[in-house]
Amino acid sequence: MSVHILQALVENKFGVLARIASLFSARGYNIQSLAVGETHDPTVSCMTIVVNAEDEGILEQIQKQLNKLIDVITVRDLTRTDYIDRELLLVRLRYDAGNRDKVDALHERYTFHLFDKQENYAVLEFTGDSTLVESLLSDLEPIGVTELVRTGKIAISK
Amino acid sequence: MKGSEIIIKALLEEKVEAVFGYPGGSVIPLFDKLYDYPQLNFYLVRHEQAAAHAADGYARATGKVGVCIATSGPGATNLTTGIATAYMDSIPMVAITGQVKSSLIGNDAFQEADVTGITRSISKHNYLVKNVRDLAPTIKEAFYLAQSGRPGPVVIDVPVDMQLQEADFDYSGEVGLRSYKPTVDGHPGQIKRALKLIRESVRPVIMIGGGVIISGADSEVTAFAEAIKAPVTATLMGLGGFPENHPLYLGMPGMHGTAYANLAITDSDLLITIGNRFDDRVTGKTDEFAPRAKIIHIDIDPTSISKNIKVDVPIVGDARRVLTDMLAVLTDADKPDTADWLATVDGWKKKHPLAYEQKPDGYIKPQYVIRTLDELTGGEAIVVTEVGQNQMWAAQFYTFTRPRRFLSSGGLGTMGYGFPAAMGAAAVVKDRPVVCIAGDGSIQMNIQELATVASYNIPVKIVILNNHYLGMVRQWQELFYQRRYSGTPLKNPDFVKVSDGYGVAAARVKEPSAVKDALRTMLDHNGPYLLEVDIEPEENVFPMVPAGEAINRMIGGMS
Repeated sequence: MSVHILQALVENKFGVLARIASLFSARGYNIQSLAVGETHDPTVSCMTIVVNAEDEGILEQIQKQLNKLIDVITVRDLTRTDYIDRELLLVRLRYDAGNRDKVDALHERYTFHLFDKQENYAVLEFTGDSTLVESLLSDLEPIGVTELVRTGKIAISK
Repeated sequence: MKGSEIIIKALLEEKVEAVFGYPGGSVIPLFDKLYDYPQLNFYLVRHEQAAAHAADGYARATGKVGVCIATSGPGATNLTTGIATAYMDSIPMVAITGQVKSSLIGNDAFQEADVTGITRSISKHNYLVKNVRDLAPTIKEAFYLAQSGRPGPVVIDVPVDMQLQEADFDYSGEVGLRSYKPTVDGHPGQIKRALKLIRESVRPVIMIGGGVIISGADSEVTAFAEAIKAPVTATLMGLGGFPENHPLYLGMPGMHGTAYANLAITDSDLLITIGNRFDDRVTGKTDEFAPRAKIIHIDIDPTSISKNIKVDVPIVGDARRVLTDMLAVLTDADKPDTADWLATVDGWKKKHPLAYEQKPDGYIKPQYVIRTLDELTGGEAIVVTEVGQNQMWAAQFYTFTRPRRFLSSGGLGTMGYGFPAAMGAAAVVKDRPVVCIAGDGSIQMNIQELATVASYNIPVKIVILNNHYLGMVRQWQELFYQRRYSGTPLKNPDFVKVSDGYGVAAARVKEPSAVKDALRTMLDHNGPYLLEVDIEPEENVFPMVPAGEAINRMIGGMS
């Protein structure tokens, strides 16, 4: 299994997301995350698709099958180039006398924002690459995460 | 003009000669306009599935885009089997479906179904028209997509209000799709690599598929095979892409292929495949498919390449153009010496021919029926099959020497395809007989179309090979499930009476000695005709490669 970040530029049209999603489900490809947004050209959307491919053959098929969709303009495997990836996390966590020190200590290591501070809870916002995101999440786990929302990865070539 | 008329005008611009369909609430405006344009030759079928298959048969026989029309909801869902059939076999088709009023979409309105959602994975592309001004450009794009690159069915879902609103009709625009540019010319570097492999081979085999028929590459295939003196095997979809009476012809490969085709592939050192996609019915166990061969794969669809079988030299492009380019650069030095190889292959041909024995007083053998039909029609009929044993016998025992003479649901294997597809072909092909080879099971899946052929006097000839079983499944049960005939014996109606009831001439034949005359009477009949042939009930299709087994391990037919 290897994880690849595919960047698909697609026509910004009705139903394109459904076409991509149903391609993955119909052919049994594993999708880890998918993030979609308009590009600087409003007729084009960019989909960042993180896939888990069993082998090179499957990865090649995924790219070719994506390209075969009429509304897909280009597909690139960013993992084969130099790229920058980011993901945004929103985390609601326990934030009270019992763990405030620990959270503040983490704040030294990760530049996250804490807001919506309530009596016992706060919402943490963090943006980083996959290494930092995974590291923060494992550090937060013992502290007490009550809700976690992730955007899925977006990436751009260097 | 109204959207409904825009659709008609667009179809005329596309030079559509026949439209197959069925009306309903969401296409009444379209049918109203159809009334004014008899030149479109509308055929009213009796079930929407038949409309899709008829459009498909028309497309396969002529090479043009087939058109079918159905209403929203159940009309559209009934088309889907035909759309999926066309998709699997890369058949150009445009399916127009009515949809509920735009403002009602998503409200679970009467006869509403999410047609673009349902057909997404069984069509090349689909559209929901949301603005009447998009109607003409959408139809133009749909026809372009349906027939370019790797062809396929395209669905246009048209809400009823789009048929009623007004817009100007302008069909002059060019189709410009930045995201769709099929590669048609083979890469010269890859062609050079392919020639190197050809030069180095001593046991080459050419395997052709449906792509050869679609691109019209049959004469190029013949020239190429003769130039490099390689034997040619044609898959079910490729039948007729190479003349079957040619000394280099090997018959069909795969599950019910000839022993010599399968042995030749297994022993070959170079397999040149043109316009096929290595279906599991062709390859058998993929690890042991052509184990000693380098593989050159010419195909217009990049996804076909290295999907099932890893290939050494892929050439993405149109079969005809790639072969033309290859022939242009092929020199005498590139031509391998295949004399020994051809002698070996001929030895296999003599040792393991496709065989059957027709006893004068026994049951009628289905193979004999096909052979006799072949003889009476001089191999010049268009043969349209259902799916199952009838299909395999037709493929094995009729001599296809030209493309577009064998129409059959290869990929999806759709029972119920044959008769309506034959109807679609016979609606436009007038210079040769169109014969549907059916089984007693599959004919009943669209038997209602007897009404259509009767009302338009479409001269389809139907031969029902009646063994009172769902024969192919029964064969598997006999061979692999201890003859436990679960769900396969059929208690059939009297097909002659049924046909008579629909107003289609019919006869039944039970004696081997009467087969020839019965077929002759059928072929001579002016108009549609149904011939029921009572055949050996437990006749099997041989050779047979058990599913998932290597193709050189066949059972039966190795006498």
